[in-house]
Amino acid sequence: MSTAPRTLFDKLWDEHVITEREDGETLLWVDRHFVHEGSHHAFRKLDERGAAVAEPGLTFGVADHYVPTRGRPVIADPEVAGMVERLSGNAARHGFRLFGLDDPAQGIVHVVGPEQGLTLPGLLIVCGDSHTSTHGAFGSYAFGIGASEVAHVLMTQTLWQRKPKRMRISVSGRLGPHVSAKDLALHVIASIGTNGAQGHALEYAGPVISALSMEGRLTLCNMSIEAGARCAMVAPDETTFAWLAGRPRAPSGAALAEARARWLALAGDPDAEFDRDIFIDGNAVAPTVTWGTSPEDALPITGRVPDPAAMPADAARRAYIVEALGYMGLMPGVPLGEIAIDRIFIGSCTNARLEDLRAAAAVLRGRKALVPGLVSPGSSLVKRQAEAEGLDRIFIAAGLTWADSGCSMCVGMNGDLVASGERCASTTNRNFRGRQGLGARTHLMSPAMVAAAAVTGRLTDVRDLPPLEG
Amino acid sequence: MQSFTTLTAPACPLGLANVDTDQLIPARFMKRSRAQGYGGFLLHDLRFAEDGTPRPAIPLDDPRHAGARILIARRNFGTGSSREAAVYALWDYGIACVIAPSFGDIFASNAVKNGLLPAQVSEADAETLLGLLADGGSLTVNLEALSITVTGTNTTEHHGQRFTFVIDPVRRLQLLNGWDDIDLTLRHTAEIADYRANRATSQPWTFPEPGMPSQAWNTRGAKGRLRP
Repeated sequence: MSTAPRTLFDKLWDEHVITEREDGETLLWVDRHFVHEGSHHAFRKLDERGAAVAEPGLTFGVADHYVPTRGRPVIADPEVAGMVERLSGNAARHGFRLFGLDDPAQGIVHVVGPEQGLTLPGLLIVCGDSHTSTHGAFGSYAFGIGASEVAHVLMTQTLWQRKPKRMRISVSGRLGPHVSAKDLALHVIASIGTNGAQGHALEYAGPVISALSMEGRLTLCNMSIEAGARCAMVAPDETTFAWLAGRPRAPSGAALAEARARWLALAGDPDAEFDRDIFIDGNAVAPTVTWGTSPEDALPITGRVPDPAAMPADAARRAYIVEALGYMGLMPGVPLGEIAIDRIFIGSCTNARLEDLRAAAAVLRGRKALVPGLVSPGSSLVKRQAEAEGLDRIFIAAGLTWADSGCSMCVGMNGDLVASGERCASTTNRNFRGRQGLGARTHLMSPAMVAAAAVTGRLTDVRDLPPLEG
Repeated sequence: MQSFTTLTAPACPLGLANVDTDQLIPARFMKRSRAQGYGGFLLHDLRFAEDGTPRPAIPLDDPRHAGARILIARRNFGTGSSREAAVYALWDYGIACVIAPSFGDIFASNAVKNGLLPAQVSEADAETLLGLLADGGSLTVNLEALSITVTGTNTTEHHGQRFTFVIDPVRRLQLLNGWDDIDLTLRHTAEIADYRANRATSQPWTFPEPGMPSQAWNTRGAKGRLRP
């Protein structure tokens, strides 16, 4: 550890070092390990060795990837039921806490962790899910890992890592009306590309970030994996502490005072250096939508579908766009605001927190959706709170389906699928081919923009919707 | 873990950019047990139309590239979801090396842990290799020498043409030796125990369930043996 000025990430890294090898590989302590139904490959590796879970008290199971969002507790598909049961079995056998299908706090792992106060500043958090970067919004070092690493953490509560490079994205100015963290995230990914932050630990800074709510910061850190970042983070501040106050497993009383002092000291030193510094003008971010099959294929809603003929110099890019537009069933040059949709989805670890549901409901209040759609809250607690506020009645009155919580139509593992050839306006994180179902066409955008699309039946600039009377 | 030293095999010029792990193995196949083999799921929805007929546009099933154990792709291979099943699908199909200008971080890490080499080349070399292998052919990938050599194409004029690739030096050693991370880690049980004890004292709030049992890290005589 040097005495040179350190970034937030440097401090998080240093704090978790158990031992460092000469070759630079460093053994890090893991404070929180979240597992889900998809972690079954890792538990099989554990069984092959006859090993136990090293730290059941730091291991938390959440049923989210495969759980049904309707008709609970019945799971109609026996294969899906088997996945959920296998997680319950592993939790019981290894003695760790499970937020299972019947738990009132069940939900998507990246929503449940913060909600339960399990996600705290200064922690190292891993999960066998790439969107684990979400938790960095609290100033923690959080990243997704594969099944071999999940098995390693289960058996040792540690991980070998090489220190990533440090990258900072500073966002100046302020976001305009109806412009959200999701729009900023898509704007960033479109600016730097899906491998723009590869190999880097990403820290967000600047006035726009300071002004973001915790929900907004979670969305931004969540989407950072789509820019290739190893992890993403925001330094903890009063917004962070206010959000954590009273969470079930967050410290309180004297421990909280001590923790706060530690957390405040995590902020980067003023002269700390980054390997890369990127500057984004927050004033220039518009409501943004994707048109292609990669999250970097994003443009302001006021734009047009790209024309491959307009880029004669780059044959590979031209071929990519032709392919993407073929899959998406789009013609070059068409205004994005004229693209008709077949359904909408509001949900996922990216955009299904209370603030997201409120933003969508604010647009839908007193209006009817012209297309069918599914609303799946980020957690069962978010669902209950939304119902207490009457948001469910707004969605239902608009003609949408109000469902239970899970990963749902973001990844389609539970059977919530977009039909082949259908076009879906979605608050999710990936517009990959087939992500929402075989042949499904996904357009990513913010909750307010999805709600606007539901109302008009086409991609729509939410800023253009006339205010409702009364 | 499987080690990797050199490989001489047919190479398939996949040529796609941004091949995400949802493409490498669509989510709906991940409920299956690995024991059944994941090879048939590799790039399934790019290789097959919805009615199951092969799509000729993807070279993997082209007879000219039969028996491919090496894939050549464009930038950002293995981006997206952390699913290690993407590596299982490649491996079970027979692929032991992917050559590309860049890789998704989690994918590259998962690959090495399963003995699959992610060989990073320049954009220009990737383009050259894609061109040379377009009609079929084979490559020799040497991890000791960090080299790729053309060993068979339709025309002999490029035989012996050499390219270099890069890989993180630690990952290179892991692949060469077939090291298992868990065995390495268990040599550090005493240091882990010290770290844990210190953390529990200095930042007790990082242990939200203090009543829960934990690995007996302090039984140093156990030589890293885990509880049954």
